[in-house]
This record gives sequence, C-alpha cells and structure tokens, in this order.
Amino acid sequence: MSGPLLEIRDLHIGIARRHRNDEIVRGVDLAIEAGEKWGIVGESGSGKTLTMLSVLRLLASPPLSVLRGEIRFDGEDLAHVDDRRLREVRGGDIAMVYQDPMTSLNPLLRVGRQLEETLKAHGASPAQAQARTRDVLRQVGLSDPERVRTSYPHQLSGGMIQRVMIAMALATSPRVLIADEPTTALDVTIQRQILELVTALQASTGMAVLWVTHDLGVVASLVDKVAVMYAGRIVEKAHTTRLFEHPTHPYTKALLESLPGAGSAHRSALHQIGSTPPDPTRLGAGCPFRERCPYAVDQCASSEPALMDRGQGSFAACWKEPSQW
Amino acid sequence: MNVVTAIVRRILSILVTLLGVSVIIFVILRLLPGNAVSASMGVSEGLLSKAQVAALNQYYGVGQPVLEQYFSWLHALLHGNLGVSLSQQKSVSYLVGLDLPVTLELAFFSMVLGVLIGVGFGMWSALHPGRWQDNIGQVVAVVGLAIPAFVLGQSLVVYMSTKFHYFPSSLTFVGFFSNPWLNFQQIIFPSIVLSLGIGAAILRTTRGAVLEVSGLNFARTALGKGVSRRAFVWRHLFLNSLTAVVTMSGIQLGYLLGGTVIIERIFVLPGMGNLLITAIKNQDYPLVQSVTLVFAAGFVIVNMLVDLAYSLIDPRTRRRSA
Ligand SMILES: Nc1ncnc2c1ncn2[C@@H]1O[C@H](COP(=O)(O)OP(=O)(O)O)[C@@H](O)[C@H]1O
Ligand code: SF4
Ligand SMILES: [Mg+2]
Repeated sequence: MSGPLLEIRDLHIGIARRHRNDEIVRGVDLAIEAGEKWGIVGESGSGKTLTMLSVLRLLASPPLSVLRGEIRFDGEDLAHVDDRRLREVRGGDIAMVYQDPMTSLNPLLRVGRQLEETLKAHGASPAQAQARTRDVLRQVGLSDPERVRTSYPHQLSGGMIQRVMIAMALATSPRVLIADEPTTALDVTIQRQILELVTALQASTGMAVLWVTHDLGVVASLVDKVAVMYAGRIVEKAHTTRLFEHPTHPYTKALLESLPGAGSAHRSALHQIGSTPPDPTRLGAGCPFRERCPYAVDQCASSEPALMDRGQGSFAACWKEPSQW
Repeated sequence: MNVVTAIVRRILSILVTLLGVSVIIFVILRLLPGNAVSASMGVSEGLLSKAQVAALNQYYGVGQPVLEQYFSWLHALLHGNLGVSLSQQKSVSYLVGLDLPVTLELAFFSMVLGVLIGVGFGMWSALHPGRWQDNIGQVVAVVGLAIPAFVLGQSLVVYMSTKFHYFPSSLTFVGFFSNPWLNFQQIIFPSIVLSLGIGAAILRTTRGAVLEVSGLNFARTALGKGVSRRAFVWRHLFLNSLTAVVTMSGIQLGYLLGGTVIIERIFVLPGMGNLLITAIKNQDYPLVQSVTLVFAAGFVIVNMLVDLAYSLIDPRTRRRSA
C-alpha cells in the first residue's frame, strides 16, 4: 500500500453541550510515514490529546464525537472497520501511552497481568506473554522485572509506572507509537532517561512515533517533524531543524522565544503573548491567534487562514509571510 | 503488622461489638414496662420443674442486683449457654439449632437470586446507558424498590392458593435433607419475594459503579490495548465495581435478616423470624434476648465478611507486612 502509514484527514471533533455541538478540534490534517518521528506541540487545551485519542476511537462519547474527517491506517479507514479489526489495531498496530500514567493502570490487577493481557489479546500464548513481559520490562530500564511484574500499580513510583506504560505499548511491537506527554509528570532526570529510551527503542524497531507535548524544547532533539497546534488546528508543520531556524507562524516564533536559553531581549516577547489561549469553542471568525499576535492586520480579524506552503517543507496558517513581520 | 495480628484484631473487635450489643439488648429488655424478666417468670413458673426454675434463676440472676444479673447472663453466654425458653421449656440453643438453618437457607436463596438479578440487570443497564436495555433495568429497579416485601409476599400467597390451589407452605415445613424438592418449593417463593428488593438495590449500585468506572482512565487503557469485550467488561469494569457491589450486598444481607421476620410469618416458615415473633407474643424474654443476640451476631459476621471481601478484591486495602 502506497501513501502514508497513518493519515488524519480534515478531522473535526465536537463536544455535545446542552443546546449546541461545539467544535474543539477544527480540521486537522496529518500524514505520518512509516518510521517517522513527529512532535505534536501546543499549549494545553489545544486539542492534542483529543486528536490522538480519536485515532484509536477512544473519545469519551458522549459528550465527545468525531464530527467529520477520516483516519486511515495503512490505507484502511479506521472509522469503518469492524470490532474485531479495531481490537487488532488497538494496542497491536497502534499503541498509545496516555497522558496520566498514574491512573492509567487497573489498580486491582498486578502489573505483569496487565502487560500479559495485552500480549495475549494480540495472539501470544501465556508462556510467550510472560517471557515477553520480562524482556520488555527490562528493555525500558526496570532493573527488577520480576518485582515489577508481581507488583500492583500502587506499589510502584511514578517513574516506574511511566516505564511500565511504555513497556506495555511497546510489548506488541506496534508500527505506530503515540506518546501523549509521557514525561510531564516526571522530574527532569527521569524525563531525560525516558526520552533517550524511546529514541533508542524507536531506532531499533523502526516504528513511527507521535510525541505529544506542550514543551517544544522536549522534542527538539527527538523528532524529524513538528506539528504545532493552536486552538484545535495545526498552525504550522515543518521539519524540526527548519522550524527552529525559520519558524513561519508567529505562534511558533513565540514558543521558540519562550524556551529557556532564548535571548533575554526575546523573552519579553513572551509576556506580550499573554498566558491564556482562546477557548476554541468561542472563536468567531478570523485567526484564533490574533489577540496575542504582534503582527495582526485587519484581514486577521475577518477570516481564518488555512495552511499555506512556505517552502522547504514548511506550512503555516498565517496571512503574513515571515518577511512581512 | 502480620496476618495473625490482623486476624486477632478482627476477632477482638467482633467480640467487643457483640459485648456492646449484649449490653444494649439487656438494658432495652429491662426498660420494657413491667420488668420483663421477673414478670414473665411469674407467669410461667408453674409450668417449669423446680430444677428448671433454679437454673433459670441462676441464668438470669433473678433477685440479684441488675449489674450482677447482666454478668451472670454474660458468664453463661461465654460458656455457650443461651438459656432456657420459658414458653417452650426447651433450651434456646436447641430451638435456635432447629430454626436457624431455615433462615439461613432463605437468606442464601434470596441473596443468590438478588445478586443475580442485581448484577445481571445492573451490568446490562450500564453497558447500554440511555438505551432500551437501560430502561428495562430502571423499571426493574423502581418496581423492586417500590413494592414492599410483605405486600408482594401476601399477594403471592393469596394468588397462588386461590388461583392454583397450590400452597406448599400449608404442608409442614420439611428440611432440605429430608425432602429437597418439597423443601425447594417451600423456600423458593419467599426467596423470590425477598430477592426483588435486594436485586433492585444491587442493580442500582452495580449500574452506578460500572458507569463511573467506564469513565476512568484505566478503562480507556484497557480498550486501547485491544482486549476482548468480555475481558474489558468483567476484568476491568466489573472487578473495579465489585467493592461497591459487595458493600451493597452486605447491607442488603443485613436488612434481609430483618426482612425474614415478616416473610417467614407470611409463608409460615419455622425460621428465626418466626421464633422471635412467637417469643415476643409469649413474653418469652429469655428467648427474645438470646435470639436477638443471634441476629446481632449475624450482622457482625456479615460485616466481617464484607471487610474480608474488600481486602481480597482491593490490594490497596491490604496492610503491608513490612
Ligand atoms: N471529556 C471532555 N469533556 C469536555 N471537554 C473536554 C473533554 N476532553 C477534553 N476537553 C476539552 O477539549 C479541549 C482540548 O483538550 P485536549 O485535547 O485534552 O488538549 P491538550 O491535550 O492539547 O491539552 C480542552 O479545552 C478540554 O477542556
Ligand atoms: S493570521 Fe494574522 S493574527 Fe494570525 S498569526 Fe498570522 S498575522 Fe497573526
Ligand atoms: Mg493533553
């Protein structure tokens, strides 16, 4: 099958409120090739998690639902596969590490049982599942796999749980790994270790990785391409190096300037941006970034820009080219 | 803390609870008008042999100060002596031994049916929220909670006997071991009556707990791993709802001990409930006192079993032996 391994096309996600259906994700397009590493970056509330959950049809419905759009895995439309095939894809072809690891394991089952359950659901025999569980726990850097296997989640630390979640996702050797802010809750040292771990595992397995984070700095050295989300849309897509050198959307530029290590003259630009992103359900017409954008012009208030080609693989949803800033 | 200490603690707390209950029973019976014990002793004395009267006086500490009366009762209880019934001139232990199995059988069948109804419809409802399956579950819950057991029981007795001339309880009650089939016919209808209310309460609890658990993160993880529907429903949703279901079942079993009093009356079952009512009617206070204590012990044991189930289900409630 030619074409991307995972493709999200014109994805719209809505939330049912009392008398209306608000749109939270408003037309996301993303094409992931086999083996590619992507960073999905944006402030919290920009719709990253919902977009990722919808790939595996895991949106909490009600109130959330996909209003429009397509998710294709290897050409197959995931919205229309039967339950059996959906279960194969979930955790088999595409695995996910969830945002809140501490509450993402069943508190009443031993960790080993939960990993083995995944493997058995994807065709392993009990003996194979047990052996693979030990291997994969060791692979994620847990030095005493036997102890972890026989522990209940509450007996492990946050860092260990996060490793367990990664091990569980990797156990079946998926072709796509979605990691939703996998290091947010962890201290810096463990963050570092987890990042290196996933990089190493990715290199040895060749799976595609979608690394979701609100921190552009975290993914800089980790991914090939970055998609920047803002208020339920992708506002910039680019190769990582290009994005860092020549951001083509004012929001990306502001994110870069807010990174630690950026010049102090630039840091003041962060304050101009302010700290509250807009509520994607109350946008009205126009560019959602206009309130915080130093370059806004009249046109920005009247109509919302679509993604436009900025050359060298960069795309940005902005009326003004960087040369006009 | 190790397992042995935990068990010893448990047993101690049960004993302390029962001790408190015995004080309450003792005090209440003596607060009843007409100084219950000595009054009924007066009425029934003529029926008893001299030796029995002496034993009774000894047992209830008649003529002694109240405090000593209590302690002589307690002393006998601790030696396994529940006393002698005034109206039936038999030892209370013997009467309880006859009637307790009937109540236990009734409670057992009612609970089994109630749990089946409650968990069955509760799961069915919770897995189809807002759909027709859920509506059926809600109707079962409302009906089960709204109709009192004595109304349903009485109606059932009247209906069956007039319509079908079928009324197994009009025959003398037979034990399970002497005629299982007749015993089953006699016990099943009162069990059904009792099970409806129990089932309705468990249904609501099950539905609520499962719906709540469905929204938790680990439920999403389980779905996202691609586990089978059955594993998702039972190993993840139901298992995590089980403590709530067990708690509600324990509460219902507690109520049930009270509920049997009325139902045994309606269906003429010679159980503990009937024993208690007869004892009260005959002002047989020794019997009332000890039967009440047996009921109380039942409550305490049920609570202990619920606690035990908790620690089996949820590792977080187990104490570490570190
Ligand atoms: N279950 C839900 N019910 C209602 N609103 C939700 C729910 N999940 C997410 N949202 C809202 O949708 C928006 C996007 O959420 P999310 O995708 O989690 O953002 P991100 O992952 O980028 O932080 C947020 O404003 C959030 O409040
Ligand atoms: S479209 Fe206008 S408001 Fe939006 S980012 Fe570009 S310049 Fe700023
Ligand atoms: Mg998120």
